[in-house]
Amino acid sequence: MSKKIADPTIPKIPAAAKFQRWFGRNLIRVYMVIAFTYLFIPVAYTFAFSFNDAGKSNLIWKGFTFRNWQNPCGAPEVCSALANSIKIGFLATLFATILGTMIAFAIGRHQFKGRSTSNLLIFLPMATPEIVLGASLLSLFLVFKINPGFWPTVIAHVMFCISFVVVTVKARIASLDPRLEQAAMDLYANEFETFRRVTLPLVAPGIAGAALLAFSLSFDDFIITNFNSGTVITFPKFVYTAAARGIPAQANVIGSGMFFLALAIVLAGQFVNGRKAR
Amino acid sequence: MSFDASTARGDLILTRITKSYGDFKAVDDLSLTIPKGSFFALLGPSGCGKTTTLRMIAGLEEPTVGSIHLGETDITTTKPYQRPINTVFQNYALFPHLTIFENIAFGLRRRGFKDVDAEVNKVLNLVELPHLASRKPTQLSGGQQQRIALARAIVNRPALLLLDEPLGALDLKLRRQMQIELKWIQKEVGLTFVHVTHDQEEAMTMADTIAVMNEGQIEQMGSPADLYDNPETAFVANFLGQSNLIKGTISGNDGDSLVADLYGQKISLPKSRSHATDNSIYAGIRPEKFRISLLNTPVSGNVLSGGHIEDVSYIGVSTQYQVAMPWGQELIVFEQNDDGVAPFKKGDAVNISWEPIFTFALRGDEDVTAGSEVNPEVLDEE
Repeated sequence: MSKKIADPTIPKIPAAAKFQRWFGRNLIRVYMVIAFTYLFIPVAYTFAFSFNDAGKSNLIWKGFTFRNWQNPCGAPEVCSALANSIKIGFLATLFATILGTMIAFAIGRHQFKGRSTSNLLIFLPMATPEIVLGASLLSLFLVFKINPGFWPTVIAHVMFCISFVVVTVKARIASLDPRLEQAAMDLYANEFETFRRVTLPLVAPGIAGAALLAFSLSFDDFIITNFNSGTVITFPKFVYTAAARGIPAQANVIGSGMFFLALAIVLAGQFVNGRKAR
Repeated sequence: MSFDASTARGDLILTRITKSYGDFKAVDDLSLTIPKGSFFALLGPSGCGKTTTLRMIAGLEEPTVGSIHLGETDITTTKPYQRPINTVFQNYALFPHLTIFENIAFGLRRRGFKDVDAEVNKVLNLVELPHLASRKPTQLSGGQQQRIALARAIVNRPALLLLDEPLGALDLKLRRQMQIELKWIQKEVGLTFVHVTHDQEEAMTMADTIAVMNEGQIEQMGSPADLYDNPETAFVANFLGQSNLIKGTISGNDGDSLVADLYGQKISLPKSRSHATDNSIYAGIRPEKFRISLLNTPVSGNVLSGGHIEDVSYIGVSTQYQVAMPWGQELIVFEQNDDGVAPFKKGDAVNISWEPIFTFALRGDEDVTAGSEVNPEVLDEE
């Protein structure tokens, strides 16, 4: 082989053209490295500073320590804020996922009057600025003499999470071949059995994805929460307030922890899917 | 449900079925009886209503008017899961989240069947894929998926098995093999098969009885040989293979035969094969029934003279000729390459002859192109 290539009678490809080819083939990789560096520098920074042996303020690197990770609740209020966020996130996710999935099935599977209007209206909360939503919700609650607090926050979160759930689940339903359900009915499964044994298992990944999305949206929300939570401190509110006097390194620990948890869930999902496909 | 349709057995009887979508009639006043135990094909071009008919039998659509009976039982408005009818879907519709075993067991489990394992294994052996039981559908080839879809349906021993273009997604060689296998399995399990297809060759290979459908109605029903040799309409003559249709008039009567005048040349044809309603006819002859001879060769039977070879295509087993006739029509002739005689050449002056028994006659007011412009191989159903 190599002897044949060394044959001087075979025309050579010029070096410039060779480089062009290499560049063309690898351009996407170069770009990928740059893009991911850009995306992950803040995450890496947060993670690195979770090991900072900081005092009050976590702005300057003062030395390496595991103390923050060993005692993530060390800073005052950080863990109660986290617990509040998890509670609100869990409840908001539960309600938004159930309601959103039902809406998605209604829009995705049934013809009814006002279907296209519903389809459009469901996008509206996503398009509305959060600051407007938060402020108007607060005034709405006050009109009905409901004081801001835990439950108004849950209600507010359910409201803005539903749209995302509907869109995610609807996409999954749209990709579902209706002939599978027809086949189930053909094979002696009644409407309920068909839903339980065929439709739901096939849509489940979409519902799970929607729930994860809803949770992360709720957990992360600051603007709407700030208007409607009153004295309840959530994690984002805690970080925001703490920023004035210096964010404790424990916040970095919790932030990094959330990041790795999300990463683990995604990887686990990939792994399960990979096994299914094999 | 006040009665149990799931145990119904017997012939399938469609009575005056119409299915309308707004102004469009997908199926138009169709009546049909499919005898128990037969292999029945519904054949027609895309959009002829055959799939709609199948879906109404399966219970996936309800007829606008008309009734469907299975034996004595009226199943017109029963749900799909209440009917002892199973379907092999066009794209197989295997459940992607279940293993092959669970796919096949699905129907048995829904009916609370006791010995699921034994039945599933039996049918897996029948389709010769027992080693795939624990796989998922996506891990199977098209041909394997096709067999599993079949197994999933026949394991339920339905009164009726519906096949919706079951071989459409397979390549030609595999399709031929599966045609033979399907036919064998039907004999083996003794179920009634109703097979919907646009592929006339597939229908003719497998079915005992074919109903040719066009525009929501049945054009003609009969055995493959009946339909091919004695078509009643131009649509059937053209859709099942090729036909030469020559305009003429009935000019006489001779016992069991009729005498027809085709552009001044007299031919004879059996009365039993004339579907004309008056003297104006189209005489029809299949291309392989024609024989070509040079002018001075003696010939018997019906003869049309004055032809010229216009085109010659050599296709191995046969040679296809186009012969230009004095009245401007080109006739197609297939000659077997079994006599060691050199083919005719372009420009040869020839006579065309054939046995009178092979002639059929259609009504003279027919559209001679009906059914010929649809190329069933290219068109995809719905």
